[in-house]
Amino acid sequence: MSPEIAVAPAATVRRTRRRQRARGPVSLMAQGTPLVWLTAGGLVLCLCMVLGLLGLVAWEGVRTFRQGPLVLLHLRAGGAALGEVASVEDYRPEAHAFEALPPELRATAEQEVRARGGHATRTLLRTGNYELTNEHYRSFNDFEIVGEERPEWALLIERLSWGRFYGFPRALLVDGRPEASEPEQVWERFRREFPRVEDRRAERQRIEKDENGALNARIERARLALREAELEYGQASPEWRAEEQSFHVVEREAGEEAARLRERTGELERENARYELELVTADGVEKRIPLAEIVRVVPANHLGFAGRVGLYLSRWREFLLEDPRAANSEGGVFPAMFGTVTMTLLMTLVVVPIGVLAALYLREYAKSRWIVGAVRIAINNLAGVPSIVYGVFGLGFFCHLVGGSIDDTFFRARLPAPTFNTGGIMWASLTLALLTLPVVIVATEEALAAVPNSMREGSFACGASKWQTIRRIVLPRALPGITTGMILAMARGAGEVAPLMLVGAVKLAPALPVDGTFPFVHPERSFMHLGFHIYDLGFQAQNSEAAKPMVFTTTMLLIAIVVTLNLTAIAVRARLHRRFKGSHI
Amino acid sequence: MDEHLAEQQTRRAREGRAPDDPSSLKTMPQAASSPGLSATEEIRTMEMRPVKTTARAPLAGMRPSDASPASSQPQGIPQSNARTSGLFEAIQRGTPFQAAVHDAVGREKPIVEVERFNLWYGKAQALHDVSMICPAGKVTALIGPSGCGKSTLLRCVNRMNDLIDSVRIGGRMRLAGQDIYERAVDVIELRKRIGMVFQRPNPFPMSIFENVVYPLRIDGERDRQVLEETCEASLQSAGLWEEVKDRLESNALALSGGQQQRLCIARAIAADPEVLLLDEPCSALDPIATGRIEELIHEFKGGYSILIVTHNMQQASRVSDFTAFMYLGRLVEFGATDEIFLQPRLKETEDYVTGRFG
Repeated sequence: MSPEIAVAPAATVRRTRRRQRARGPVSLMAQGTPLVWLTAGGLVLCLCMVLGLLGLVAWEGVRTFRQGPLVLLHLRAGGAALGEVASVEDYRPEAHAFEALPPELRATAEQEVRARGGHATRTLLRTGNYELTNEHYRSFNDFEIVGEERPEWALLIERLSWGRFYGFPRALLVDGRPEASEPEQVWERFRREFPRVEDRRAERQRIEKDENGALNARIERARLALREAELEYGQASPEWRAEEQSFHVVEREAGEEAARLRERTGELERENARYELELVTADGVEKRIPLAEIVRVVPANHLGFAGRVGLYLSRWREFLLEDPRAANSEGGVFPAMFGTVTMTLLMTLVVVPIGVLAALYLREYAKSRWIVGAVRIAINNLAGVPSIVYGVFGLGFFCHLVGGSIDDTFFRARLPAPTFNTGGIMWASLTLALLTLPVVIVATEEALAAVPNSMREGSFACGASKWQTIRRIVLPRALPGITTGMILAMARGAGEVAPLMLVGAVKLAPALPVDGTFPFVHPERSFMHLGFHIYDLGFQAQNSEAAKPMVFTTTMLLIAIVVTLNLTAIAVRARLHRRFKGSHI
Repeated sequence: MDEHLAEQQTRRAREGRAPDDPSSLKTMPQAASSPGLSATEEIRTMEMRPVKTTARAPLAGMRPSDASPASSQPQGIPQSNARTSGLFEAIQRGTPFQAAVHDAVGREKPIVEVERFNLWYGKAQALHDVSMICPAGKVTALIGPSGCGKSTLLRCVNRMNDLIDSVRIGGRMRLAGQDIYERAVDVIELRKRIGMVFQRPNPFPMSIFENVVYPLRIDGERDRQVLEETCEASLQSAGLWEEVKDRLESNALALSGGQQQRLCIARAIAADPEVLLLDEPCSALDPIATGRIEELIHEFKGGYSILIVTHNMQQASRVSDFTAFMYLGRLVEFGATDEIFLQPRLKETEDYVTGRFG
């Protein structure tokens, strides 16, 4: 040991001791407790935000279809209002709030409010009857109300148009003649007649949609054949004449068939029109509603617990399985659900193979580190591009460039009506596939990188080629990771709205992208999407107050769909993981 | 480790394994019977710094305690007549020299021949002018300190180094007379003739059965009977059949480390290779599993030509017929195992095998 080193320790020891004293015997930082708090706090904050959001959506969403009691409010100014209480709030009325009252009542009202320290309660009542009152909701101050009751036979009527109707039954009319006049009798009679009316309505809808639709499709095909003949052989050519002949035959036949159908629907409509429900509103206005217009009649105050549960479930059933009506704010969201799921699955089908292949090349084959690095940076940046930009790109590239070329090449007969040269579910899927591509590539690359090199070497040493190694060893081993990427992509794609508005999601699609009409799958059709539906309900609905609860319910449904898709994928991944259990190398 | 050594020594004694050619040390013939191999005892052909006869060449990174004289003379080793030289210093300086290749090697029929083989990782040279053979049907051990190029050399035999982009090679390597690095050679075919077992067991994430028949599967073999027969034969040879015959369809990753390594051996011999390369096959295993692998290597003698890399000197002495000592990318001494361990020609080899260095 050299003399310099021999001297050093004493000094070191002294210095160390001084530092320890300065820090004190128990150091907060040394124990690390604050960091535990900090990290736990971060987690709690995240959990609170997520659970708060989900809780709000679930609470509001579940309540939407609950039927509250129907309340009849007697007003101080005379008259009455019937409806459902939507919300009750406490507020400080301004002086002009009392001006609406008749002068003799104003003083009493002001006194009441003053007695409560300037506070008043305001009740928002859903009164419906839009065609009579021009409003769906009315707000009442507590000082305007003298009495409140829940009449047993107050009825809520959900109908095809004009929104809800609130009133009392007076009679059930058949051919304009009252058949029943007591509320119980009316209700009995209604329950007997209504299913038959519903059946006739469904039959009429079926005829219009299916048979009439098929007829129209037939005429359209004949017209296209004629147009194609014209484009190919020119007008007045023998081929064109032949086509024209057959077109006229088809047209004539279709005309006869359409007349027959019209007759049948007319019959059904006439039969349905015989039945009417006569109602009187809380204001005493009489109103006749044809049974054919009615979706559901709810004697809310008359219902027992079982009746309420049944009503709740029947509304959920309608929500999940029916088409929307009344500008989307009522009825079901089945087409939107169907569109969302179809589009997400189509997108997954496109993005996973492309992403996995690209990642395979980057990770397994690419040699130049510079290029790989540049590509990787580009991919990561792609993930940060605003989604609306993808929408614009999708519209310009897929819809107009690719779709336009397809139309020019294969669908010339249909021009100028666009086929692929417009938004459609295929273009939407491709746009979202592009959007989620970075997610899949990054996840797959990570999964591939996690496959131990020893396994690749083992395979090579057995005489396997590169592709054999990838297919038999690397890909199976990376599958769980690839599935994770797929889950992330699906979650991202299912929740995306902005680009879809440009490339095919619409407020109301006339037909589903998959149906019974040849060729059964219609990738060019526009579609409905739950995310867009939420936007539409929240910001475009005329009856915004009524649409509000539907926003929550639809959101809840969208979340449920995304969660279901993810859980399925997670279950698949768990199965794959089990295959590699015990993998410790 | 000492117990282990003692146990192995007693086993050796029981088996009555004598040195393969005790006379070779005394005769030291000058002839090189195999082309490309210089079996000469002349070590230095160039000028060298004079060194003291007793002092060891100081090596970078070595702790002084290694040189303590207490461990300088292990029992069982006769009085060394090996030459002392400044060989390690010379290697570090990069001066060329001739490896000490015993003439016992020259009498063997080679299956793998390495001739003036050089290898570079980018600009760094990892192998310098290595010339040696792998005798057919025998076990050849490669020993040497970490980073001396043993594994690199081993991986050159089945061209595993092709997978590394920066690798360049020079010189020649032949398998059964055919140049391994010729342009016309199909690497895939070459690797099928050579089985390899790695340092860490690397079974594939599939069933035991599929693991063993993997080399056949990639050849497109679909005949279930052929596959099953091969699987059983390979597992029998690898001494694993009795343990796994009832669960061939279960996941190979559920096996223990030793079983996994034997499974890898079964996989390596499933394609019936000519040469078996073992890259420190026991370094991740416990002594009992190691013992079983060594028994296997004994059983394979004659049937396969085996090239084994090991860090464990006792293992090399137990299982191999020939031993090559490498240092910093150069072959230092190559000869029959008993000679290398008991009567090495070079002081450096003796120091290494007796544990005075490394």
